[in-house]
Amino acid sequence: MSFNVESYFSGLSDGNQILYYKGNIDSDLITRVLDMVEEKLISFNESPKLRKRVYNVLVESLQNLYHHAGAVPAGFEDQTSERFGILSINKIHDGYRIVTGNFIGAEETDELEKRIARINNSSNEEIIELYKHILNHQCISVKGGGGLGLVDIARKTGNKLGYVFNSYDADTYFFCLDILVNNNK
Amino acid sequence: MEPILIEGTPKTPTIKFDASSGVFEIKGRSIPENSVDFYKPLIDWLDSYKEDPNDKTIVNIRLEYFNTSSSKCILDVFKKLESIYKAKNEVEVNWYYEEDDEDMLEAGEDYESIIRVPFKMIEIVE
Repeated sequence: MSFNVESYFSGLSDGNQILYYKGNIDSDLITRVLDMVEEKLISFNESPKLRKRVYNVLVESLQNLYHHAGAVPAGFEDQTSERFGILSINKIHDGYRIVTGNFIGAEETDELEKRIARINNSSNEEIIELYKHILNHQCISVKGGGGLGLVDIARKTGNKLGYVFNSYDADTYFFCLDILVNNNK
Repeated sequence: MEPILIEGTPKTPTIKFDASSGVFEIKGRSIPENSVDFYKPLIDWLDSYKEDPNDKTIVNIRLEYFNTSSSKCILDVFKKLESIYKAKNEVEVNWYYEEDDEDMLEAGEDYESIIRVPFKMIEIVE
């Protein structure tokens, strides 16, 4: 039996889920989610610093889905979304947990895993240097991403990136990125 | 040269580039999905401006948020300014950041370490 996307994400909720979305990730959706979350963060009286960090991380996570979400495999429940993604945001004791999910071709997983491992094995100072190196030396890819999103998330949060590649079928994985934004940094 | 005046939107900044005064401003949020499309006209405009720049160019950056794809485009803007500076013209970048927004201050310092143009870091105190 293939990995069940829905039950994986429903298992993430610890009762303080402030937003859950699954479906097509387009520019309007990103704008609406950002507005909604910004209003919630203000209503929760979060500090400006935490508010800005959550907002920044959310921008990068959603735009990662926008630029990199892979094709939906045949047989998946949603065949209409051009860019299918899932987003879950939970309020936890000292911050927020943001989890995103998207399909990815099996041939792309090694490269992505290497990039995340490099980030997770770097100190905060090394991440700053890596960020500046990519900023100054790498062009924007054909997909429109800058190659900086994950590095920026790690830099802003000061936390390791959680991730899992769930095998969906022979050619496809469902990639989940699990980000903690708190007052760690 | 005609100035560039672009009204800000929830995802793109207000732009005021005025060749006659030599004062340029980027203000607001820069988080579009396709930053290259937004910044290309600015880069082209700067290419023309650098042929005959003012003796002094002042650039005010007052960004609340910017995404990583904008960060590369903003670097391209600074690289144009750097070439104007290297051609013996005065260029000054004023990088504004809100009180306690150390992430925005660090972002300005990143550019300052890459680009050979004088930067001033200015804290906005409410």
